[in-house]
Formats: sequence, C-alpha cells, structure tokens
Amino acid sequence: MTGAAVVGLVVNPVAGLGGAAGLKGSDGVEVQRAALARGATPRAGERAARAVRTLMARCPGTRVVTAPGPMGEDSARASGVPCGLVRTLSVDRSAGASSGWSAAGTSAEDTRRAVAALAGVDLLLFAGGDGTARDVLDAVRALGGQAPPVLGVPAGVKVYSGCFAVSPAAAGFVAAEFDPARTAEAEVVDLDEDAYRRGLVSPRLYGSLRVPAVRAALSGRKAGSSGVAPATAEGVAREVVARMWPGVRYVLGPGATTRAVGRALGLATTLLGVDVVERAPEGGRGGRLVAADVAETELFGLVSGKESVLVLSVIGGQGFVLGRGNQQVSPRVLDAVLNGGQKDGSGSSERLLVLATQQKLAALKGRPLLADSGDEDLDKKLGGHVQVITGYRESTIYRICAASEEFDG
Amino acid sequence: MNTTESFGELPVTPKPPLRRFHQARWDEPIIFELSAPGRRGIAVPEPGAPRVELPDSVSRAQPPKLPEMSQLHVLRHYLRLSQENLGVDLNIDVGQGTCTMKYSPKVNDRFAAAIAELHPLQHEDTVQGVLEIYWRLERMLGEISGMARVSLQPGSGSAAIYANIAMIRAYHAARGEARRDQVITTMFSHPSNAACAKTAGYEVITLMPDAEGLPDIEALRAAVGPRTAALMITNPEDTGIFNPRIREFVDLVHAAGGLACYDQANANGILGITRARDAGFDLCHFNLHKTFSTPHACGGPAAGACGVSEDLAPFLPGPVVAFDGESYRLETPPASIGKVRPFLGVTPNIVRAYAWIMALGAEGLRQVAETAVLNNNYLMHKILQIPGASAPWDRRRVEQVRYSWQELSEQTGVHSEEIGVRAADFGVHYWTSHHPYVVPEPFTLEPTESYSKEDLDEYALILAHVAEEARRDPEFVKGAPYNQTVHKIDMTPLDDPKEWAPTWRAYVRKHLS
Repeated sequence: MTGAAVVGLVVNPVAGLGGAAGLKGSDGVEVQRAALARGATPRAGERAARAVRTLMARCPGTRVVTAPGPMGEDSARASGVPCGLVRTLSVDRSAGASSGWSAAGTSAEDTRRAVAALAGVDLLLFAGGDGTARDVLDAVRALGGQAPPVLGVPAGVKVYSGCFAVSPAAAGFVAAEFDPARTAEAEVVDLDEDAYRRGLVSPRLYGSLRVPAVRAALSGRKAGSSGVAPATAEGVAREVVARMWPGVRYVLGPGATTRAVGRALGLATTLLGVDVVERAPEGGRGGRLVAADVAETELFGLVSGKESVLVLSVIGGQGFVLGRGNQQVSPRVLDAVLNGGQKDGSGSSERLLVLATQQKLAALKGRPLLADSGDEDLDKKLGGHVQVITGYRESTIYRICAASEEFDG
Repeated sequence: MNTTESFGELPVTPKPPLRRFHQARWDEPIIFELSAPGRRGIAVPEPGAPRVELPDSVSRAQPPKLPEMSQLHVLRHYLRLSQENLGVDLNIDVGQGTCTMKYSPKVNDRFAAAIAELHPLQHEDTVQGVLEIYWRLERMLGEISGMARVSLQPGSGSAAIYANIAMIRAYHAARGEARRDQVITTMFSHPSNAACAKTAGYEVITLMPDAEGLPDIEALRAAVGPRTAALMITNPEDTGIFNPRIREFVDLVHAAGGLACYDQANANGILGITRARDAGFDLCHFNLHKTFSTPHACGGPAAGACGVSEDLAPFLPGPVVAFDGESYRLETPPASIGKVRPFLGVTPNIVRAYAWIMALGAEGLRQVAETAVLNNNYLMHKILQIPGASAPWDRRRVEQVRYSWQELSEQTGVHSEEIGVRAADFGVHYWTSHHPYVVPEPFTLEPTESYSKEDLDEYALILAHVAEEARRDPEFVKGAPYNQTVHKIDMTPLDDPKEWAPTWRAYVRKHLS
C-alpha cells in the first residue's frame, strides 16, 4: 500500500461478547446484555487497535478514516493514530459524547451506515465476526460498484467466513501490503445462532466480498465436517479416553470429535459448549460430568489449582485450535491449565490434547495450526509442535503457531 | 457422425492420433452359472485296475460343488474375461502410479516353469540349484541395498514390511527395551507401514508434509524419544519427491535409540544410484513384483525381500540359505522371528527376479533407474502443458509424480476420478485412491523404464483430450465410460458386509438364499 492510501475502519464493539460467556455468539441485544451480565468484556476495539498499530508501523503515511466512538475512533486513538471521522449515526445519538456510549448500544444498522459513509477509502478494515461480515456485505451490495475492497479483523465468536485475516496483526500486515490491483473474492458464511445454541451447525453462504489477494494470511472459509466418518471420531475418542487419568479435570472444547469423547465416557456432553469431565476412578468405567456448557468465569474456577487437561479440536479449513468458537478458554484459563499455577511450564505438552482427523490436517495443505487466545505472548509460548490425535493409537506431530505470527508479510 | 467404418477401404486410411478404442463386452456369466450337470472336460476311461478306497478321514461326505464344463467352454470363458481387462500386457499402464508397472519378460516364465516340479520337502542335497539361486539373489539384493543379509521368504511387500516390524520388536525385546511402543511414519510413505506397525501392536505417529512437500523434520525432532521403536519411511515418497535430508532423519531416530526402516518396495528410480545402508538404515524391503519385474499377480502370490544390517541378521525369518563354499544348506538364524511363509517362499518369483537381474547386470540396473527417471520427467513435461493440470510443490521428481487436477476441477466441476474413468474409453486408466487427499484431485503417473516415447505421448494426448472435453462438456465426461465393459459401478456395497461377496459361496448365501 502506498503512503498516501486511505484505510477505513469499522468496529463492531459488541462482536465476540458472547464467546467467553459461553453464549456461542453475540447476535441480538438480549444476548449482548446477558454476556455483559456474565462479566464479559468487549475485546473487539482492542483487536482492531492491534491491526491498526501493525499497519501504521509498516506504512506510517497511511490515513485512517473511521466512525465515531467505539465504532472505530476509540481503537484508532488507542493505537496512537490520528484519524479522520465520518458522520454515520442518526442525529439524536451522535449528539452525545463518545464517552457516554455503551457498547451494547450499537446495532447492525450502525455497521451498515459506517460502511456506506466510508465508501471512498482504498481499503476498509472491519473488526467483528461472521454476523458483522454479513452487515458489511449488505452495505457493500447497496454501494454496488463503488464499494472498496474489505478485510476482516477477527474479533467475533464465530469467524468462519473467508474474508478474515488469521489474526489482528495479520490484518495489519495484509493491509500494509495491499495492492489494489490484486483482489480476490472471499465467501461470507454464518450460522443461525439460535439453531447453533440448540446444537445445530448449519453454515449458510450469504455471498462474497472483494478482499486483498493474499491467500496465506486469510483464514479461509471453515470447511464442513460432514465428511468425517463416525468411526474416525470414535477412534479418536477411544484414544483420548485411554490417555485419561482419574482425578484430572478434562476440559472438552466444542465440536463433534470432542462430543464423541463425552459419549465414550457415557456422558451427554454438549456439541457447542465447553464441558468439564473426569474419568471414573481406577478400574471404574465411564466418567463424571463436572460441569456442562460453562462460561469463562466458571471454567476458570474449575481449573484453578486443579490438575487439568485441555481437549480441543481443530477448525477444518482454518486450523484454529484456540480463539474460534471456544473463547471460554481465555488466556487465564489457558495459563491455569498449561502451567498448573507453576511458572516453569513443565509438562505443558501433556496438558493440551488436540484432536483432528488426518483428512482435516491434509486440508490445511501444510499450513500450521493456529492459536489466537487473545494473549499473544501466551500464544507464542504454545508455538512449536503439538501431538494431534488422529485415531486410536494414531497421531501426528503438527506445527502450531500464534495466529499473530503466522503471517509476517 | 459418420457411421461407415473405413477399415475395409484401400489404401488403408492412416490411424487418427486417438485410438477408436472399444473394449469387449461379453456379458459373461460367473463360471458357476455356466455349469451343467454331467458336462466334462475329459472323459476319463475306467481304470483297468481295482479302485483304491480312501479312508473316511480324508474322503468328502459331499462332492465339491465345482463347475461342470467342457474344455472349449472353459477356454472361451477365460479368454472372454481376459478381453474385458486392462493391464500392463494390454495397455499403457502408467496410471497405476506407485505400483511400478513394467514389462515382465515372458522368457522368465519359462525359467520359472523349469522349477515347477520341485517338491518343497525335497532334501537340500537334491535342490542345490534352487538354493544357489536363492543365495545369489540374496547377495545381489544385499549389494543393491548395502545390507548384510536378506530374507527372500515373505510372500508380498506387506508381508516383508510385517517381517521387518517383527524383527524391530524382537530386537528391542532382546535388549530389554520392550517399552518402545511407537513407530513413526510419514503421510506419503506407503500406508502398509502404518498398518503393519499397528497390527504388530505399535502406536503410530504419522508426520504430515510441510509446505515444501517433505515430511516435517522439526515434527520428527518433536516425535522421537524413549518410546520410539522405529522410523518406517519411503523415499522418494509417493509424490516422487526424494527427501534430501534422509540421513538426518535416520540420525535423529538413531540418537533416540530407535531403528530406521526403509520401504524400498519401489526402488525403481534409485537402483545403482543410492543405497539404504549408505543412508544409515538398519532394515529395508523390496517388492520383487515392483522393482524386479515379477508379475503383480493381482494380490498374490508375489514376493518380498527383507534386507537387514549385521545387528539385525540374527532376527531374520528362517530358514535362510547358507553357503560354506561348496554346498548350500538351510539354516534358521539364532534369534529368528520364525517363518513368515511356508517352505522357502514364492520360488517361481525368486527365479524370475534372478533372471531379470542377471539379464541386465549392474550397468543395466542403473540404466533402468535412469530411463525410468527420464521417462517420468518427459511425461511430467507433457502433462504440465495440459491446462488445469499441476504438480504441487515446485520440486524435482524421481520416478513418479502425484499430480493434481484442482484447477480443472474448480473450473469445470469434473473430478479426477471421472477423468480417469473417461480415459478408460481410450484403453488406458489411472487410479485415485490416495486418501486422505493431501494433494487435491490427485492422480499419480509412473512410467517406469518399459514405455516408449510414443507410449508416453499417447497417454498425455488422451489426458489432454479428456481435460479439453471436461471444459467443453463436463456432463459428458461425468457420464463416462461409454466404450467399456462395465459402465458404472455402485461402490457403496463395498462398505457393507451384508452385501459384499468375495466367493460364489458367499454370494449364494447372501443374495440367492
């Protein structure tokens, strides 16, 4: 990107709110209120700021134009960048000072208006999840041929669309490297959150957005998992159960493979929630459901000071192990499990079990697994190689890295 | 379309570049359905001697339900079936990549027939010639691999891999290291390595390829440890890419106390060029039906050969042939894992492989590898000119290439499997069961040394033609084959034990009763 380029920034301040709270998404004012009530803190603004900082470090001359308050202005200011503002909101609300805004006071309509007001930029960055991407898509469609190319900064609970960079930092890199002559189409998909909360995973294709053509740094659309033979998931589950020790707490992340682990223990664990289980004492069969579908706060309480193991599956097509759909496993939960309260990190490799079929790993085409827990230092500590269980007495050793480091231009 | 055939006109019209092929379709019943009670091939006359009554313990209560047929009908039946076939003696069989389809000289069948009347229980003194062939072939394979001793007993490549893993297990047990319970392999090594290790009770760790298409050496570094029993690896892998850091792989495993086992089932690209032992391997195996030209025989009997270093020699399957300078005899190594095949092994194939190597000599073997590699690179050059075909990872290839139709498939919706099926309308084929599909829309071509430039041109022309058809009329390609014996097969019963029937008896039980 040339020094004189203009980058637009739109932040959906409520994106990702429902994740740590175990609400599977953040669509709708009631879910957002519930998330705030469960102690969720907005993170989208912070993630957008990270992207802007990375962009400005590479392309100091770039001009940032954004919407007022938490919809972009706050993030730009947090990254120390002077920015131009566009007028986006209806008169009565924009009359208030930005400090008087509550994050939950914004809506999909605000996102659409902001995008429309920023139509003249060279590249539009937006921070959010799949729901935000749909709002952006709507606005871009309304603009027709006038719409700028866009790039998503991943900040939502579900980030399954292909228009997102793998991490906030990667979004900054991609924006810095952006060549207007090289764009590609990326799909926007989303799940019906109500159905998703009931355990139904049915992504819908909504359309496509024009994005910078840098395949490696975009997270890629989530691949469906329908092709996985049930026998494979059962084999993986059998292997996990064989490795379980009584008296240790196992945190099962969302997914069909992890649910098979619950089934192998004779437990009704959830498909999309984070569950905590223990194996029956020596000689006993089955296991015990310590807690089902926990929020971050509860989870932290359950693993603090208790020997625990994380059992997480891989998001097909993207490679994410942490930070997509399982935000309940927050940085402090991760730290409590991997380090067990001890700082030397000994034995941390046995405290994370990653599950994936060989087919799922093959589909990554040599790209590493990704960690985007929300704490880059912790993600970096996880970097290296991790054993991935692919079947009963079958595994592979696979590269994992911090999503913020995956793309360095 | 002109329906008049021009074959009868003079002068004979030149042949078009693409064959107007049409496979025979005889609609031939199963031989059991052709049976008619009382029909005979030979009317055997009554013997002019008293009958010999068999003891009850060996005589059948019911006669076997064999088909009853005349000689002509038997001959006709099998000739018809042979016409409904594709194979190396009939077509350009380069599409059976990783299987190393090459010409098996017919004269070698004559040599194999020469030993057909030996009895496996004959005394060693009376079979010195066959034992000498075993001894000499063992020495030759020892020279080719650099290994100290070789067993020619296994009845197939996978049996040889299993013998190797059994030796690895016995070796560690003899050293009091039975707790080594992990075997490391790679995604592009032959899956028999993982399967044999698992059958032998090992936990299997499979290394995925890195972005360069090579097994990730950093993953190996993370994988090795006190539980490592062995690395079992193919090189070049099924991608045709030779791993230039193979010595480092072996050293890493040795440093952890594990053994290194080289799958050389297909050694066709490296004969006389590089040796397993020189890269530090402790064990290796060959499939005589791949590299050394014995018939593949569709599932057997084939022959495999295990080669081992001095340290592993005491564990070889027994018996092996020993030579004291004057005579050959059979002996069982002191810590032998036991027998892996009755008697000596598949002796006719040992004779064929011996004859093949003797006909070529050391120089000839190296020329086999050089010609195979040249053929492969020529074919790759031709294939990569077809729009929509690619060879992932921009690296040099040895004797085969795993290609991809990803681009063509994305543009036309036609899958690799469907292109292979349409190619059968021109008398060739390729297979695609490369699961999981690390290379999307895969096909693997391996021309070996047997095929001429004209063969490779014809094969490439067929694929180019089908790819062009896929762009013009994808539905037409998806509807193929049109000129084949069988048009479409429903594969789903293959996954259902209630449906499949590998024998006539099972078919009658499951479907006719």
